[in-house]
Amino acid sequence: MEAWFTDILVLLQDNRAELWEGLVVTLQLWATSGVAGLVLALGLALGATQGGPVVRRLVRFYGAAFRGTPLLVQMFLLYYGLSQFEWVRASVAWVVLEDAFYCGLMALTLNIAAYMAEDIRAGILAIPAGQTEAARAFGMPSGTLLRRIVLPQALRIAAPALGNEVVSLLKATALVSTITVFDLTGVARRLSNESYTTDALVLAGVVYGALTLLISAGVHFLERRRKSHAA
Amino acid sequence: MDVLQAYTGQLLQGALMTVQLACAALVCGLALGLVLAACQLSRHAWLRRPVAVLTGVLRGVPEFLVVLVCYFGLSNLINNHFDSAFDISPFFAGVVSLALVLGAYSSEVFRGSFVALERGQLEAARSLGLSPVQTFFLVRLPQAWRIAIPSLGNLWQSLLKDTSLVSVVGLEDLLKKSNMAAQASHQPFMFLMAAAVMYFCLLALSHPLISALERRAQRPYQAHRS
Repeated sequence: MEAWFTDILVLLQDNRAELWEGLVVTLQLWATSGVAGLVLALGLALGATQGGPVVRRLVRFYGAAFRGTPLLVQMFLLYYGLSQFEWVRASVAWVVLEDAFYCGLMALTLNIAAYMAEDIRAGILAIPAGQTEAARAFGMPSGTLLRRIVLPQALRIAAPALGNEVVSLLKATALVSTITVFDLTGVARRLSNESYTTDALVLAGVVYGALTLLISAGVHFLERRRKSHAA
Repeated sequence: MDVLQAYTGQLLQGALMTVQLACAALVCGLALGLVLAACQLSRHAWLRRPVAVLTGVLRGVPEFLVVLVCYFGLSNLINNHFDSAFDISPFFAGVVSLALVLGAYSSEVFRGSFVALERGQLEAARSLGLSPVQTFFLVRLPQAWRIAIPSLGNLWQSLLKDTSLVSVVGLEDLLKKSNMAAQASHQPFMFLMAAAVMYFCLLALSHPLISALERRAQRPYQAHRS
């Protein structure tokens, strides 16, 4: 056990630059897709609750498609699948689609947005209709109504669920290593292949575990602060 | 479309493998989840604490990493300590890793549903002279099951999607088969799309099953009310 622990420390010492770079890539993917996903999810949730019948149907289809298939398949579709088409490779979008990092980022964003949109939609639906009716009766314009009445409360209700999504998003980022991105998992897989041991993978697991703890602690902290505001 | 037809058999074989893996992991995972939940509800701290740490770790680490560690770790273990007596198949590693993950998540669900039972029921069972084992199977489990089903349904859906991770260590499941067909035919989009549609259908098929289970578990309560 002790020898194994030294092995891990040596591994950490010898490859710290590379592991650090992997960690940075993981955190970049997590933070960017989290923020972009939340913005997209807000739009989707508004479309699902305020949009016309066509928009509603489209949003429902989007949610079903992205929540009903594995993220890994979505990533492969974006990275390997789209390259099948000549017109995609000829288009401007190819600059982005050619890059595994951006494909992974896009897949993570599109995927998490579908889950977050569902949480926010539930939050919006939980607001009593009387509030919107009252605001309308006062002649409040729709934009103000959303900004002042609906969204602040909906987000407050959705916050715990959104917190869970953010935690699972970190774990989902590990999949980008399958489309050749060297995130923390990607680096760990390479080191593990080189050394014929699972030490690097276990080390990565410890880092992910610690990050998950940190993120959930952060989410709890924000929730407590929000509660003290509401009280 | 002709190409798709040529590989339909392969894709269906892959889908069958995916379902087998998911079902095997479901059975093992739920059993593990019940045991872990029992440990967490135990009176003894030496049982509760390590199990709490174990489930916490399993829920905090990416499922993909668990799959990789199980596959390569178990292979190394057997190569080094058992003279490569037998090979670890990707299927076995997949069942172990997915069952571990499902066990960790479902133990939380089970724990919550066992705690939700009224204390008076246990006292009533004891005063009726039921043994602890009888109480568990006749009083506690059926009711906890009813409370747990909706959450377990969600876990099943994640499990079915997570089986795709095992294709990375070589299991010839739906995703692996469609990747192979994609490479052979140079039409990755079509075959990956086919895989996505098939995963979607598998999930859609399990919806009515879950609702049927829910209705079944709910039945005694509805009869009582009317």
